[in-house]
Amino acid sequence: MTSAPPHPAPAPPPAPAREPVLRVRNLTTRFRTERGMVTAVDDVSFDLYPGETLGIVGESGCGKTVTSKSIMRLLPENVTRIDPASRIEFAGRNLASLPEHELRRVRGEKIAMIFQEPMTSLNPVFRVGWQLDEALRLHTRLNRAERRAKVIEMLRIVEIPSPENRMDDYPHQLSGGMRQRVMIAMALCCEPDILIADEPTTALDVTIQAQILDLMESLKRKTRTAIMLITHNLGVVAQVCDRVMVMYAGRVIESGSVRDIFHRARHPYTRALLESIPKKGGRVKGARLPAIGGMVPSLFNLPKGCRFSDRCGFVQDRCRAEEPTFGEHGAAAHPVRCHFPIETPVKISVRAAP
Amino acid sequence: MWSFILRRLLYNIPVYLGIVLVVMLILRVNDPVYAALGKNPSVEEIQAKRESMGIDRPFVEQYGRFLKELVTLDFKRESWDLKIPVKQLLDRTILPSLLITVPTLVTSTILGIGIALVAAYFRGRAVDKTLMILAVLGMSVSYLVYVIVGQYFGAHLLNQSLAARDLDPLFATSGFDPALSDLGTWARQPARNAGMWITYCCLPVLIGVFVSVGYDTRFYRAVMVEETGRDYIVTARAKGAGNRRVMFIHMLKNAMIPVITRVMISLPFLLEGAIVVEVYFGIPGMGRTLIGAIEAKDFPVIETFTALLAGIFILSNILTDVLYALVDPRVRLS
Repeated sequence: MTSAPPHPAPAPPPAPAREPVLRVRNLTTRFRTERGMVTAVDDVSFDLYPGETLGIVGESGCGKTVTSKSIMRLLPENVTRIDPASRIEFAGRNLASLPEHELRRVRGEKIAMIFQEPMTSLNPVFRVGWQLDEALRLHTRLNRAERRAKVIEMLRIVEIPSPENRMDDYPHQLSGGMRQRVMIAMALCCEPDILIADEPTTALDVTIQAQILDLMESLKRKTRTAIMLITHNLGVVAQVCDRVMVMYAGRVIESGSVRDIFHRARHPYTRALLESIPKKGGRVKGARLPAIGGMVPSLFNLPKGCRFSDRCGFVQDRCRAEEPTFGEHGAAAHPVRCHFPIETPVKISVRAAP
Repeated sequence: MWSFILRRLLYNIPVYLGIVLVVMLILRVNDPVYAALGKNPSVEEIQAKRESMGIDRPFVEQYGRFLKELVTLDFKRESWDLKIPVKQLLDRTILPSLLITVPTLVTSTILGIGIALVAAYFRGRAVDKTLMILAVLGMSVSYLVYVIVGQYFGAHLLNQSLAARDLDPLFATSGFDPALSDLGTWARQPARNAGMWITYCCLPVLIGVFVSVGYDTRFYRAVMVEETGRDYIVTARAKGAGNRRVMFIHMLKNAMIPVITRVMISLPFLLEGAIVVEVYFGIPGMGRTLIGAIEAKDFPVIETFTALLAGIFILSNILTDVLYALVDPRVRLS
């Protein structure tokens, strides 16, 4: 657990011939609030390749969840507006402008999602078997007996003991870890191309977290499902992701392979995030954990220039005047949104997720 | 479940005995004899009246007798005011009350849930805002305004214009047909009774619905809006369920708990009757009778009606808990 590579076998960058399963371009999502329009996700672009796990990290309020819910168009329509210039290309269609009834065929069948709160994400008044069965009823032509067999099979795959009995339980009869397993079973029962996991382990205790992550890993290997993992836990990212996208105040500020980010992070914010990870033996008892000073700027009152300039330890005049573009600034390496990226290797060790 | 019901019933026996005791004690704070006999009665007259009223006996004996009536449901005491046994009075007044209150509650609940669903479905949009403004408007207008407007426009003017076209009047301004309070006639001549019901009860029911539907709609909408904000709704949508499926299956079953509470709370008032409507439309129901009995210090009627309502209240509370357990798997009766 010293400075070992964060991922056992650093994933090779996706071969150029491979087609991304999801291509997001210039995604901009605005909310209408009492204080006017606010841009929660600002010009986000990325690709997701089959069979890979893309980590999206950042502090609370940086736009991770809004990005994922925008892709699924799950945000409340009356207060949300996805900019018409946004493109969410999936299977030759633009999800950003797809009519609702066509989108329903994508949701759950092609792109599935699991959430942070397994305690409240399942409907409390229906049996878990019924809720799994509903996904199959919506997207497959299986008959009742076939669906029942599939429900049991899925519960077995997510390692729920005696699924024949458990499927008749109500959510409150299951533990948090079990409920998250049910959510995963529900998400994967139609064999989706993409699984969006929005902080799937945050609400679970540490041993269950590891089990759930292992489960997602092994399922991904079996099915080649691409996973978009939203988290603020860099340990989790190091353990399961192939590529990482770092977000700050609604913008992508750095992206690259796990190796790039953990060993050659170039953005001061990413560096600060890495430094704030508690390190085994790296801390004198009683000493404070390193934290990033200041607070995430309010989206209503963003600083002129670079959005991180208020909190950045390397800030210069240009940072306050002009917002950097997202690209390969300085030495040719992974893209970053910084005028003065740091080019020295990271001198910290990242502990794999507990 | 049956053991739960039995246990709850047993727990409520002391409560019920207490209610009956308090009702009887409060009534006896004032001696009804003087009220009945007027000024300057002789001692003998007072004594004779006491005996005829049955209040010369020790209180414990009166209490015991009334409890016996309640247990056997045989209310053979005579009303002091109307000089008929209370049982007969009950038989005569229950049906007119129910003919008004049951249709009012059912219609208003169904309408309220329906409108609330539409409003919650279009939350924040023009449809929702319009419906909510109408609901507040409906709530804000006094019951009496509805009665007056209903009687004038709904009955008087409508009947005038019908009469001008040689048609029979549709709604009566007030009044009642005694046949309606007899179950036997409903069996023998249902068509005629239904016509009578339209004439005498329809307008009061409509007014009752007008009064309560605003409250119902706002309440149910609040419940539904709260439910639509829950995480399981997002899960259902992420699964690919359509808006209607999400609303009518996922949300509605969760919203049933507050709905049950509200409906069950109003059950006892079904018997009490809509007092205002009964008074203004001359419907001989329990509400009007109870008001009359209170004015006349008619102990047997007041005691019986109050004790019956208290009993219904307790029973509907138990029934509410049972229904909770049926709808919500998290509720276990124990």
